[in-house]
Amino acid sequence: MRRILEGSRAVAEFVALCRPKVVCAYPITPQTHIVEDLARMLADGRLDAGYVLADSEFTAASVVLGASATGARAYTATSSQGLLLMTEVMFNIAGMRLPVVMTVANRAVSAPINIWNDQQDSMSLRDCGWIQMYAEDVQEAGDMHIQAFEIAERLNIPVMVCMDGYILTHATETVDVPGPEQVDSYLPPFEPRFYLTPDDPITLGSMAGPDAYMEIRMLLHQAMQKASQAIVDSAARFAGEFGRFRGDLVEGYRDSDAEVLLVSMGSLLGTMKEVVDELRDEGHPVGIIKVRTVRPFPRNQLHEALHNARVVGVVEKDISLGLEGILCSEIRSAFCGASLTPNISSFVVGLGGRDVRKRDIRKIALGLLSDDTCRVEMTGVDHEVLWSAHQIED
Amino acid sequence: MSNEQVESRLMAYGHTACAGCGEALAARTVLEAAGRNVILTNATGCLEVFTTRFPRSSWQVPWIHSLFENAASVASGIEVALKALGRDTGTKVIAQAGDGGTADIGMGALSGMLERGHDILYVCYDTEVYSNTGYQRSGLTPLNALTTTSPTGKMSWGNATRKKDLPAIVAAHGAVYIATASAGYPVDIQRKIKKALSFTGPKYVQIHSPCVSGWGVESHLTVRMAQAAVNSGLYPLFEMEDGEIVRVRKIKRDDLVPVDEYLRPQKRFAHLYRYPGGDEHVKQIQAVADANIERYGLLG
Ligand SMILES: Cc1ncc(C[n+]2csc(CCOP(=O)(O)OP(=O)(O)O)c2C)c(N)n1
Repeated sequence: MRRILEGSRAVAEFVALCRPKVVCAYPITPQTHIVEDLARMLADGRLDAGYVLADSEFTAASVVLGASATGARAYTATSSQGLLLMTEVMFNIAGMRLPVVMTVANRAVSAPINIWNDQQDSMSLRDCGWIQMYAEDVQEAGDMHIQAFEIAERLNIPVMVCMDGYILTHATETVDVPGPEQVDSYLPPFEPRFYLTPDDPITLGSMAGPDAYMEIRMLLHQAMQKASQAIVDSAARFAGEFGRFRGDLVEGYRDSDAEVLLVSMGSLLGTMKEVVDELRDEGHPVGIIKVRTVRPFPRNQLHEALHNARVVGVVEKDISLGLEGILCSEIRSAFCGASLTPNISSFVVGLGGRDVRKRDIRKIALGLLSDDTCRVEMTGVDHEVLWSAHQIED
Repeated sequence: MSNEQVESRLMAYGHTACAGCGEALAARTVLEAAGRNVILTNATGCLEVFTTRFPRSSWQVPWIHSLFENAASVASGIEVALKALGRDTGTKVIAQAGDGGTADIGMGALSGMLERGHDILYVCYDTEVYSNTGYQRSGLTPLNALTTTSPTGKMSWGNATRKKDLPAIVAAHGAVYIATASAGYPVDIQRKIKKALSFTGPKYVQIHSPCVSGWGVESHLTVRMAQAAVNSGLYPLFEMEDGEIVRVRKIKRDDLVPVDEYLRPQKRFAHLYRYPGGDEHVKQIQAVADANIERYGLLG
């Protein structure tokens, strides 16, 4: 059924359709509407699940860890500082192969404290062993949750669904909300491979020394690598059942015969597509590669998608301070050992909610067409503000 | 002990605890009282490390270790999941942690668990020190104890603060049952665990568990040290229901010992007997014991 919903509300509706058995989250802007909407559904009896009011994000993550280990489908959501507070538990959930699903409403990280959108939070946690997927719009965010539970439970790997804070969580869009039967047939009830029960006692989370730790980590790495295929399958099956396909690992837009390819993830893609349409009309050979899955990192698919381009500009809302945009570095790794490599540049944009306008994207694309030198740039910086901040620092 | 008894131990032999470990003794006793129909969580710490070196495990019951500070939160998730899945058919959820995992880094998680009213028994094995990581001070380290982070020296008589009154903090949360116990009195531990598990709601049992290596005592002295702590009044054993003390373990007049008897055999207090002025500190510790005797009405 098509409905007009706020992004957070849509996510809550889709999560409820997935029938989680335990829900636990802690409020933080801009994630809060999601947990509030779920709380209302629980209060109205529209959702039947155990619900825990956590005393912190650290506890919220630990509660879903315990619930998942007991065999319950478990869900949480957070943002920014909350995600960083969860960090230790995130690694732990992944290491124990618990199929938890989490929404990250992407937000900037303090200091300075800032509640607006960028993707520094989840990108900083890319190595914690969770599958990471980035949604382009509200519909995709909703759909991604259904896929996330299916993938997580099939592989016993937790999945993080990342959606841009405010831009998606607080945007009202038309959303096709599937019926419960449709979701039930795509996503069967959770049948855990192992769980805590006195009927068949297991020990979970034991200590592994130098004699075994590395092998266990290697198994995690291999499982993550194999997850790529599962994500592809899951997106294809989803398209078959729901009639919607928004990509699996990477997805091209007007990319064939493009000389310049812009790469990005999340809601930026909407703006970028409009700009590329205009540039194409003007005769410029510019296209887009959307990265939908950041972990497992689709190295081969990105190589395949980008290798024919002359220039690649990776446009992203995060930065590895002292290096460049995080995704950009990773994309460079896709060309390691390749005989022909496009010139790859990093463009860091939109930090802390700074608007990324069409003209910013246009400037990046045209700049790359005229000068393909590899570079690292922060685009959209206000030089007057920079100057005064600099004065204060001195 | 017969083979059958050995094999039926819920926390099996073969773990790597020090000879004379009070925590191992206490944990085994807790589990024997609780029985098989349990799910245990365990904070990082000695108990976790010495029972579960991969690929072996001492636990014959379902057991999970996550992190240092979240045994109570993980237990909360388990308890809620059991209910949501309709599997709450008498299975008891027990969270276990050391004094550091309870009184320091896990305090917020414990508070949340208590305040939300989960049906969980939380057991704190109080070794009065971070045993696992080499005997650093915790919030439950007693006055003047030497630890590796509260060393003695020209300017220091060891730990400068008193034990945090954790049972009182737990009581303020409205826990349905609280008890302190001692590895020196295993039968008493068993009774208290069974009683705790007869209540529905959040329960807390804190067990004084000598750490022979951290305290610097001979490994055959575990039980004697634990008993001396009780019989000097330094470790009062009591039970609370709904915030009221309902029972204390009385010290018979003949059993009452000065704190000296407890302090002197332990290397962590040796400085009090070696350096001039130490006797003043022993007096202060005696005053702590006397205040406990008064406060809990321990003599009788
Ligand atoms: C977040 C975090 N900080 C510190 C540690 C290191 N650490 C592990 S166990 C421990 C002390 C445990 O002491 P306690 O809780 O008293 O348990 P015991 O070993 O005495 O049984 C410490 C400091 C850790 N594992 N995690």
